[in-house]
Parts: sequence; structure tokens; C-alpha cells
Amino acid sequence: MDKELSKDELKAYKEAKAQLSNERKTTFGGWLRKKGWKHLVGWVMVVYSIFPIVYVISGSFANADQFTSTLFSSFTTDNYVDLFNDPYRPFANWFVNTLFISGTAAIGSVFLSALAAYAFSRLRFTGRRAGLLTLILVQMFPQLLALVAIYALLVNIGNVFPFLGIGSQLALIMVYLGGALGANTYLMYGFFNTIPKELDEAAKIDGATHTQIFYGIILRLAAPILAVIGLLAFIGTSSDFVLANIILTKPESKTLAVGLYMYVSDQFGQRWTIFAAGAVLAAVPIVALFLYLQKYIVSGLTGGAVKG
Amino acid sequence: MKIVLLGLMTAAMVFAIMVLIGNEDYLFAAVVTAVTLLVNWVYLRRGKLPAKYLAPGLIFMAIFQVYVVGYSAYIAFTNYGTMHNSDKDDAINAMLLNGQTRIDGEPIYPLTVVTDEAGELNFLVTISDDSGATQVKVAANGEVLQQVTPTEFNSLGKATAAEGYTEMPFRRIAAIQEEVVRAKLYLSDDPDSYFLMTPDASQAVVFGPRLDYDPVADTMTRVEDGTVFFDSGEGTYRSAAGEDLAPGWRVEVGLLNFERAITDPGIRGPLLRVTIWTFTFAILSVITTFILGLGLALLFNDAKLRGQRWYRVAMVLPYAFPGFLSAFVWRALYNKDYGFINVVLFGGAEIPWLTDEFLVKIAILLVNLWLGFPYMFLITTGALQSIPADLMESARIDGASAWQQLRLIKLPLLLVSVAPLLITSFAFNFNNFSLIYLLSGGGPKDFDADINVGHSDILISMVYKIAFSTGEGRDFGLASAFSILIFFIVGTISYFSFRRTKTLEDVN
Repeated sequence: MDKELSKDELKAYKEAKAQLSNERKTTFGGWLRKKGWKHLVGWVMVVYSIFPIVYVISGSFANADQFTSTLFSSFTTDNYVDLFNDPYRPFANWFVNTLFISGTAAIGSVFLSALAAYAFSRLRFTGRRAGLLTLILVQMFPQLLALVAIYALLVNIGNVFPFLGIGSQLALIMVYLGGALGANTYLMYGFFNTIPKELDEAAKIDGATHTQIFYGIILRLAAPILAVIGLLAFIGTSSDFVLANIILTKPESKTLAVGLYMYVSDQFGQRWTIFAAGAVLAAVPIVALFLYLQKYIVSGLTGGAVKG
Repeated sequence: MKIVLLGLMTAAMVFAIMVLIGNEDYLFAAVVTAVTLLVNWVYLRRGKLPAKYLAPGLIFMAIFQVYVVGYSAYIAFTNYGTMHNSDKDDAINAMLLNGQTRIDGEPIYPLTVVTDEAGELNFLVTISDDSGATQVKVAANGEVLQQVTPTEFNSLGKATAAEGYTEMPFRRIAAIQEEVVRAKLYLSDDPDSYFLMTPDASQAVVFGPRLDYDPVADTMTRVEDGTVFFDSGEGTYRSAAGEDLAPGWRVEVGLLNFERAITDPGIRGPLLRVTIWTFTFAILSVITTFILGLGLALLFNDAKLRGQRWYRVAMVLPYAFPGFLSAFVWRALYNKDYGFINVVLFGGAEIPWLTDEFLVKIAILLVNLWLGFPYMFLITTGALQSIPADLMESARIDGASAWQQLRLIKLPLLLVSVAPLLITSFAFNFNNFSLIYLLSGGGPKDFDADINVGHSDILISMVYKIAFSTGEGRDFGLASAFSILIFFIVGTISYFSFRRTKTLEDVN
């Protein structure tokens, strides 16, 4: 049947071909109708998307009194200098604090989740299924719902051990670690399942202990994905406002999110340009990280749902 | 390695237990002991591998994610807050210490700041009674006034020096001003007695305890009018007329917080309004971002479109930009007097974007559209690309129009894969604290409400403001009651989304 095209089909094919070649010779109007409007929408969206960002960058280089109406109307680096010379708003400290707190929390939570994911993926034990279900359930309830209790708990702890109470960065890291299992384990469990079990079995036969298998095989092979999850956790915690805001009290121990809020919560205008400089410096690493990780983020976002 | 770590941890824990026992905090000590023993048991015995891998994460999760939820539920049944933040003994001490007040109707005595022979600060008081007889007494801070023999008086009859005591020069007094105004000179040995203080270093005023505590009857009596306050059972001392003394202490109040939320119109009204807005906000956010994202995905899912990659990068930027900063930047753009939107786009109109109760909602939704459409764009693009090409081709051959292709093939297939993400997005926006709080602060404030709440607040930002706003009383109990409400809403949503998705089957 399908060896040769019938006459009708041949005719249809030729007509289609002719139509296609007609389309190639398009007029401007035709181009606008076919492609141009897409570019038009594209440009509108580009402006909409990047305008607020351009506005901050422009503000960060503007003189304090002429930042509102026109972009890049003045150029000065004073804002960046002022940013680092305000003893009441120690920006440099906030930057270091954010790196320290989010970095420690990210590494810690990846490690804790990897341990748990290994157990769920490789070991068989009673309560394994219930445990996985609990993790999915816990994932649904963000920690911030319990923020009153977290605060009260840290007040109680701080009455006995001040270094772990309200105002302590260590306490904040511990709170973040508390959210670690819920956030990442299930994702990692999925990745660990894709590492062939035969590898550990071979290693076991060669006399490897379970710790050797965990550190030497699983962590090694999953390293790239662990790095991605860690960086995503870093982006997540460095953007946290509410927990950091209730726990960190002293200006010099705050993070960027909490510290920069001090600039905007007060009277707008006087310090906007300095805030803009701070925002640019705070955003650059995160945006760079994000764009670098974009393909992992997209696949991570859709991995569960879109299986192609 | 393992032994060293375990040893270090146990040592730290033992130290903690000692401190706790020293503080007589036995319950806390027992918990720490139990955890220490459990950890040692898990790691020292052979086998029990799963526990060894799960323990570290589970301990943190148990404390900071599971326990705190239970603790929230407990706090919801208490009156914990600014006025009730400690136990009864602390509250009684605080009341007696802070409750000292100037006694009206008592005379004001002339006073001189003097030094004794050793140069120590003392106070010389000239006390004249109704009959006109004058006594001169001296005391240092915290001591009982003793009679002395005066040696000098000024023209107004105030003793300015006495045997062994000389007047302090004004310049020295100014230097130790704080010490002078804080000094208390007792009129008798009884620690509850009246005492003198000097607000200006030249006059002595009689102070006394405002309240008198009777430990046997467990009542407080206000000295000035004799009103008796009884333990009300609700964490305060209350008079027969219903007046409460501050501070109170923490007690369990049963369902009172929930009752208030349901019956008190000053709370019920705002709560209802906030709940409706929370749902509206979350649903509209998902719908608007999804429609824009899907439209763009359909448009730009065209490999032949030149510059497609650059459009994509630009459109992903709002998603890459840290969310808290976006809220700040939009807050500036929306500013009524200086914001770019009013000054440039609306030619200087002073549109109250963030201070009008209706406009603020529009403003928030527009910002969330900006924040959220890139995510929808990314996931719908992914889903579109995963629709098999031959399916679309056969639809075309069968003569389906572009609209039919979209409505009958692309959308249904897309929704199957994207629906769970839409529910996640809904759940995220339901608790999108950062956006609301950092953009509008929940404002404008609702002045009709009995609680600190604004017209653009969602449930979680309302909880935060009730619990942590400065300036107004903190009410942890009520805030926790509200967070329990959010738990139930989120739980219900999760339950239904669980039933509809296949996540659970994957676990099996």
C-alpha cells in the first residue's frame, strides 16, 4: 500500500510544496503577521521583565537627589562607598553573615539529607515507607507556619544557653537544618535510586563497609547533583526574611535580607540610592548562580511532573 | 572518628545537663539526657544501620519542624504574650518592683546632696511635721534615714550641712546625676515601707509600693484606694470591677483564643476578610501567572524565532532576582510621591498604590505576576516540548485549527503534567509572607479591627504581626491559634492534591 503515492496524494504534496515556497517570499506585512508580532511581544516582555532590575542598577549609580524620573541621569559611585561606611548598617557584615549562615545551612542540610536519602534508597527497614510518606507530608508545611513556637522555643533555650537563643546565628542555622530533611530528602532519594545497586553490591563483595559505599560511591557519583541541591538551598536560605528577622536581633549579626529591610522600611527617598547599591551587590551572586544552574532548576522543577 | 565525634557531642550534652540541673530545669534536662542516651545507643551498638543514617536529620527535624508544630498548638491554648510571658512568681515580683509610685498627698521635703567624711554620696533631708518641729536626717542610697545634728541652714530653712556631712558642689552632682536620681532613702526598716527619692537633687518626694501582696489570701491590694485584686484564673489579678493588673502570667486558657476568633467581632471580621483575600490572592496569582506564562510559552516555543534564547534569558531574570529584593524594588517603584510609576508613567499623579485598600491588592497581584510568570513560562515550555510531535502532526493532518489544537490537545496534555505544580504554586502563594510583608507591610492598617491587621494582609503575615509587631502588644496565643487554622487549610489542600496526584504510588 505505502510503496507509492497515489495521484491525489502526489497532487496534494505538490500544492503544499508550492505554498511553502510562496511563503518564503514574504512581504513586510506578511512577516509582521507571521513573526514580527512575536518579536513585538518579546520586546514588551523584555522591557517588563528587566525594567525593575535596570531601575535598581540605575539608582545605585545615581546622585541621591535625582534618581526618580530618568534612568542613568547621573553617575557616581558614592552610594557604594557610603554603603560600606555606615556603622549602624554594617553591610559588609551582613554579606559575610549571609554567606556564613546560608553556606553552613546549605552544606549541613545536603549532608543530613544525603544520609537519610541513602538509608531510604539502599537499606530496607520497617517504617521505611511510613518514613517517606512522613517526609512528603512534612514538606507540605513550611516552617514559617510555626514561627511563634520557634521563637518561643529559642527564648526558652536562650534562658539557659544564651549562645543558642534568640540573637544567635547558630540557632538560626539549626532552625534551617530542621527544615533540611523535609526539603531535600525526597528529591535526593530519587537521584540515589538511579545509581545502579550493582555498584554497591560489587563493592560489598570486595569488602567495602557501608560507610565506604556511602562516601566512596554514592556521594561521589551524586556529587554534581548534590552540589546543585546545595546551591539551590543556599539561594533559598539567603532569601529567607521571616525566620532571620525574628531570630537575629543585633545589627551586626543580621543577614542581607533583614539588613536591607532597614533601609527600605524607614522613610523612602533619603537612602534609596544606597539601598540600590546594596541590592545590586546582594543580587549579583544569586542571579549569576541562578542563571548558571538554570537547566538544573528547570529539570528539578518539572522532573516529577513532566516525564516526556 | 566516629568515637571522637560521639565523645565530643556527649561531653557537650553532659555539660548542658549539668547546667540545666543547676538551674533546676529538670524537664529540659530529662529531654536532653534522653536524646544523648538515644544517640549513643544508636551509634554504639552494632547493626541498626538505617537509624545511624537517619538520626542526625531526624533529630533536627523532630525539634524544629515537628515539635514546634505541637508547641504551636499548645501555645494556642495559652495566653502567652507581652503581658503574659512568664510564670506567676515572676509576675508578682515584677508587679511589686515596678509598682512603686509617688504617694499623693504626702509632703515634699527639702533635700541637700552631701558627702560624708569618706567622700561618699549621702542625702540630707529636712523633715518638718505639722506642728512645725523640724528633724534633720541623713542616709545613703538604700539605707534608712538617721537623725543628725544640722550645722547650716539656708534662707528657706533647709539644712545644707550637718556634723560630718558637707554639701556637694553642684558640678559634682551634675556628673553623678543618674546615681542621685535613682537613690532610695527608706523611712523605716520595713522593706515594704515608704521611701524618698529626689528627682531634682533639691527636693525629696515620698514613694511607696503601689500594691501590697498578701501571700496567704493570694490577693493584691492597691495602696492608694484599697481595691483588692484576686487571681482571676486567667493569668491576672483582677478587681471586682473587672480591672486587670499588669503584668499577668502565662496560663492555659483552653479554647479562649479560638473563641475570641469566632465570637469577637473586632477579630472575626478581619479574620474572615483576611482569609478571603488570602484565597483570592493565591488563586488569582496562580491564574494570572499561568495564563501569561502559557501564552509566552506557546509564542516562544518556536525554534525558528530569531533571538528566542535572549528573550528567554530576559524573561527568566525576574525569577532569578532574589525575591526579597524584588519586593523592595517594587515598593520603591510604587511609592506615592517619588515612585517611578507615579512620577513618569502617570505624569506626576499621586496614586496611593500601597496605601489604598483596593489599589494595594492590584499592586500586589501585578508584582506577583512579574515574580511568577517566568516560573510558569519555564514549566509550560517544558511541558509543551514533551508533547509528542507526531500527535500534533496528526491533528494538523486531520484538519484541526490552531485553536482546536490548543484547546483539545495541548491544554489537556499540559494540564495533566502541570496541575500538581499549580497546586504547589497555590500553596506557596497561600503563605507568601515575604511578598506581602516586604511590599506593603500588609497595609493600609485596618483601624476598625481589634488586632494589628491591614487590608492587604494574608493569614501568615497577620500571624506574624500579631505575634511580633513592635509597638503593639504581642499576643502569641492568638497568633498560634491562627497558625493552627492555616495548618488545617494547608493540610486540607495537600490532602486533596495528594489524592489526585500519583506521588503516593511512586512510594509504593
